[in-house]
Amino acid sequence: MRRCDPPAHPLTKRPNVNALLETIDERPATDRRRPPSRRRRSSIGHPRLTPYLFLLPTILLFLAFKLYPYLSAFWVSLTQNVGGVTAFVGLDNYIRLAQDPLFYTALGNTVLILVVQVPLMLALGIVLSVAFNSMLLKWRAFWRTTYFVPIVMGLVAYGILFRALFDSGDGIVNEMLGVIGIGPIPWLVDPFWAKISIVLAMTWHYTGQNAIIYLAQLQSIPGELYEAAQVDGANGWQRFWNITMPGLKPALLLTVILSTIGTLQLFDEPYVLTNGGPDNATLTIGMYLYQNGFRYFDFGYASAIGYALTLIIAVISLIQFRLFKEKTR
Amino acid sequence: MTDALVGVRGRRTRSLVLTTVIAAGSIVMILPFYWLIIATTYPSSEIFSSPPNLLPGPAFFDNLSGLLTETLFGRAIGNSVLVASVYTVLGLVVCTAAGYAFAKFEFRGRGVLFGAVLVTLALPSQVTLVPLFQIMVTLGWLDTYQALILPSLAMPFGIFLMRQTMLAVPDELLQAARVDGAGEFRVFSRIVLPTVRPAIAALAIFLFLGQWNEFVYPLVVLRTPESFTIPVSLASLQGIGTTDYGQLMTGTLLSVLPILVLFLFLQRHFVAGILAGAVKQ
Repeated sequence: MRRCDPPAHPLTKRPNVNALLETIDERPATDRRRPPSRRRRSSIGHPRLTPYLFLLPTILLFLAFKLYPYLSAFWVSLTQNVGGVTAFVGLDNYIRLAQDPLFYTALGNTVLILVVQVPLMLALGIVLSVAFNSMLLKWRAFWRTTYFVPIVMGLVAYGILFRALFDSGDGIVNEMLGVIGIGPIPWLVDPFWAKISIVLAMTWHYTGQNAIIYLAQLQSIPGELYEAAQVDGANGWQRFWNITMPGLKPALLLTVILSTIGTLQLFDEPYVLTNGGPDNATLTIGMYLYQNGFRYFDFGYASAIGYALTLIIAVISLIQFRLFKEKTR
Repeated sequence: MTDALVGVRGRRTRSLVLTTVIAAGSIVMILPFYWLIIATTYPSSEIFSSPPNLLPGPAFFDNLSGLLTETLFGRAIGNSVLVASVYTVLGLVVCTAAGYAFAKFEFRGRGVLFGAVLVTLALPSQVTLVPLFQIMVTLGWLDTYQALILPSLAMPFGIFLMRQTMLAVPDELLQAARVDGAGEFRVFSRIVLPTVRPAIAALAIFLFLGQWNEFVYPLVVLRTPESFTIPVSLASLQGIGTTDYGQLMTGTLLSVLPILVLFLFLQRHFVAGILAGAVKQ
């Protein structure tokens, strides 16, 4: 691939043709005033500026609303607002963060939700995708739709809905559990159950989406592999572990990393469902950032939390990526 | 009884068991929607009655008119429709143009620019909340439509998706059009865009859904109730001390309904959008 285009005439690679063309100028007389070399075209035959014109809106928007904010956030994280004046304080915000018990509470809650919810959801997703892919299942397309449909619901909307469903007094979930003699469970008012509520709500919302992703990957596994295994006498369980799971690996890696990044930024669900409570039991890093930034207007500290979050996400994604690579070997 | 018959029997039983289990799970997935619809048809005082209501009640239109007259939710619907529609159209223009440049041109800086797109794909956007708020304050753009629309127009995922799709458009097609005298914009709009129409549909849904449901950022830059979008409006309805649950549930249903209808008609494109984001090329 050429990294740099020479600014010369595009047809210089074929000088004889070039010479020939310069003698036969077919352009209308009005055009002839401009010498041909002015029409800068790259070897693939488009004006050199074209790609930049197509990218112009993106570049401008990117500079204004991505690059500048990310750099600015880093600068802001090194400052503090003291009495209306912004002062440079070096790493003070980060030092404060490292000693802030509430930050560790938020981090712990987020990681706990992560390690419970993501494996639960992905395992369910795998089971569902295998079921959706099975000839044994009747009316497959219909069931697929019903599991996929929660994804259309906005985070706030389903948060509000689940808050009503999980109402500790007369919520429908407790009513139904009551029928089979369980409960009532203090869903949103108990620190433990509040976390469970968030896990359940998220699992309801996202499992179908992951199942669809796995299903697409499953359909790319050649059927002959299963037939050959069957001929060799492998049972269903062995076929699952030796053919299905290895075949799913690319989709698995992707969903693990995407779900992890998403969960580490968790905000909407706890904001609507529990508002971080009770007693900060569902306070997440995302919520803590928001509270500091827009409830206490401590922009410096909020930005430091943002960068800490970035670091955490980068480290965890990297570890996951490495683990998957090792397992593949 | 022969082995073959046992095989068929066993197969039938397994099929029945599997279908039953999947159906039971499916009921769990659908039940919240059903409850939501039922809840919108009862007055606030009867939503949490025991035993729970399982059939529709008479109060849907009371809830609806209460929601639209006593709150600013009607206004929020208008805001959301406008913002999500304009955002989708502009976002398609920006993302397809950028994706086209990355896929079909060689130019200086391409590696760096595309690298920047990929990096922002992985960075948590929450980091930018504070600076974006400050930008909007400086520009005097709090409570404005442009504050909601502009910052996420150049969506990294959209650019990435368009680039991946357009890589598959054969160069010969573009060359042929150029030889025939088509200008660069014409090549793009008449040759490239029509060939990637399915991906554009998927991206359109993705953009619309994303903006329709976006919450944190609007929550930060929208300060007056007149400018609220649906999610912010819903959250504020829930936040007030005397939540009218009948109205809140009706609002929640209204926020989902258009997307649900869209989904049922365009399910193929929804799935394509999800997969495009997930399955690696």
